[in-house]
Amino acid sequence: MNWTKVDFQMFVGVDGIGLFKYRCSQSVQPAPIGCTDWPILPGLPPGSLVSSCLVSCWSAMFVWVPGEHFGDEFGKISKIRKVPALRDGDFCLAESVAIMLYLAEKFQTPDRWFPADLRLRSRVNEYLSWQHSAIRMHGSKMLWMRLMIPKIMGIDVPKEKMDGALEDLNASLTLIEENFLQDRPFIVGDQMSLADLVAIVEIMQPLGAGLDVFEGRPKLSAWRDRVQASIGKDLFDEAHRGILGAQDSMKQLDPSKLELFKPKILRLFF
Amino acid sequence: MATGREVQLYLDLLSQPCRAVHILLTRTKIPHRVHSVALRKGEHRTSEFSKLNPMQKVPVLVDGGFILRESDAILKYLATTFDIPEHWYPWQPERRARVDEYTAWHHSNTRPHAAKVFMLEVLLPAQLGVPVDRRRLDRALSDLDVTLERLESMFLRRQPFLCGDDITVADLLAVCELMQPLGSGRDILKDRPQLRRWRSRVQSAVGESFDDAHAVLFAVRDRHRARVIKGQGQI
Repeated sequence: MNWTKVDFQMFVGVDGIGLFKYRCSQSVQPAPIGCTDWPILPGLPPGSLVSSCLVSCWSAMFVWVPGEHFGDEFGKISKIRKVPALRDGDFCLAESVAIMLYLAEKFQTPDRWFPADLRLRSRVNEYLSWQHSAIRMHGSKMLWMRLMIPKIMGIDVPKEKMDGALEDLNASLTLIEENFLQDRPFIVGDQMSLADLVAIVEIMQPLGAGLDVFEGRPKLSAWRDRVQASIGKDLFDEAHRGILGAQDSMKQLDPSKLELFKPKILRLFF
Repeated sequence: MATGREVQLYLDLLSQPCRAVHILLTRTKIPHRVHSVALRKGEHRTSEFSKLNPMQKVPVLVDGGFILRESDAILKYLATTFDIPEHWYPWQPERRARVDEYTAWHHSNTRPHAAKVFMLEVLLPAQLGVPVDRRRLDRALSDLDVTLERLESMFLRRQPFLCGDDITVADLLAVCELMQPLGSGRDILKDRPQLRRWRSRVQSAVGESFDDAHAVLFAVRDRHRARVIKGQGQI
């Protein structure tokens, strides 16, 4: 397998509840977690290293204090002012899905990530398109409702809202099992692709709030195990250490530093 | 283009993503047959349609034995499978990435915010027989305004089209969403000359395919207008 050593910068940030670190290695690695809409939490140590999605190279990770991604400098890189963002020479790109597809195409990564066969490729695109307004939304919502909102607003989300959100999440998970996976080992076929990568990081989100989405879902659990094996257990575990430690991280945070989230929470959830 | 190959498209032209796919097919003359799925009558929830799409949504494309859902996947499949002008979904990685960047952003921004306005002003009142919820509508309009501002400043900027000098599938997805509130007679681009000029460029680029796709929406607008006038006692 020939790896192309390239030098580009990847800007990743911190999901609302933890620090995601990536190690560079010779194996294929998870892509940066999808775009986060939320400012970065303060008080976290500077980042060290990040790997690219699919190529063997080193890049720098920047961790911002809140508001830095609203500055002009970052605005030149990511016009939508969110993370992740990519800069490759003069070319700047936002949106994690677009970034992953660009990396796969430009750096000629192993075919299984984003197959050249147009029908298999379309299956990946089909999943990547569907997931935005489904599992991504529902998984994140659960994290916010169970963990972030009680911490930031000091109240519990009303039961009927929580039940509704759980129902939506379950519907998405069922669709993943019955429509996208069916009897296949991975979403598109026998090998892991970008669809599985994007899926796993979103499905893991609710675990950050103590909700085990794999319980009672043997098909999903078996798929998760295959994804973990395909990525490599060490790297998978390291990438998810932040989200899985979210509840502990939240306990240590000073709620007053999270004031800037309040208006957005009120608008989106109440 | 293979002789005799005709793709099947399951759609309802009231649906924004369906219109985007329909416009591409008719403009580029890809052989196709339309199968109507009447959302108003719940035809997307039948067990027969669910076999095609368990998500019970339109559009759905069937090409031989290959079934594909999700409009952005369908548009990209059509652009790369059939011999149509390259600008719709360019091959060059940086240009293609620009389209992928917009289509990803579209799902969480343009689509939900424009659709919500139509839902609150037309769909819910028509289906449930209730008056428009003004508080929710004002909030939806405010969210949409932010989206339009971002569309102008982040994507369109000084370019003729969202992703550069040429029209792409991104413009089709966006314009069809932004047309939807017209179902209640509301032109959300009324005070945005830059986006209005972009919309005109898109209309010119696709020609009569635009009005053909939007005929159903225009009919909804006319019926809505008549209902409002009747409600005001002017008939």
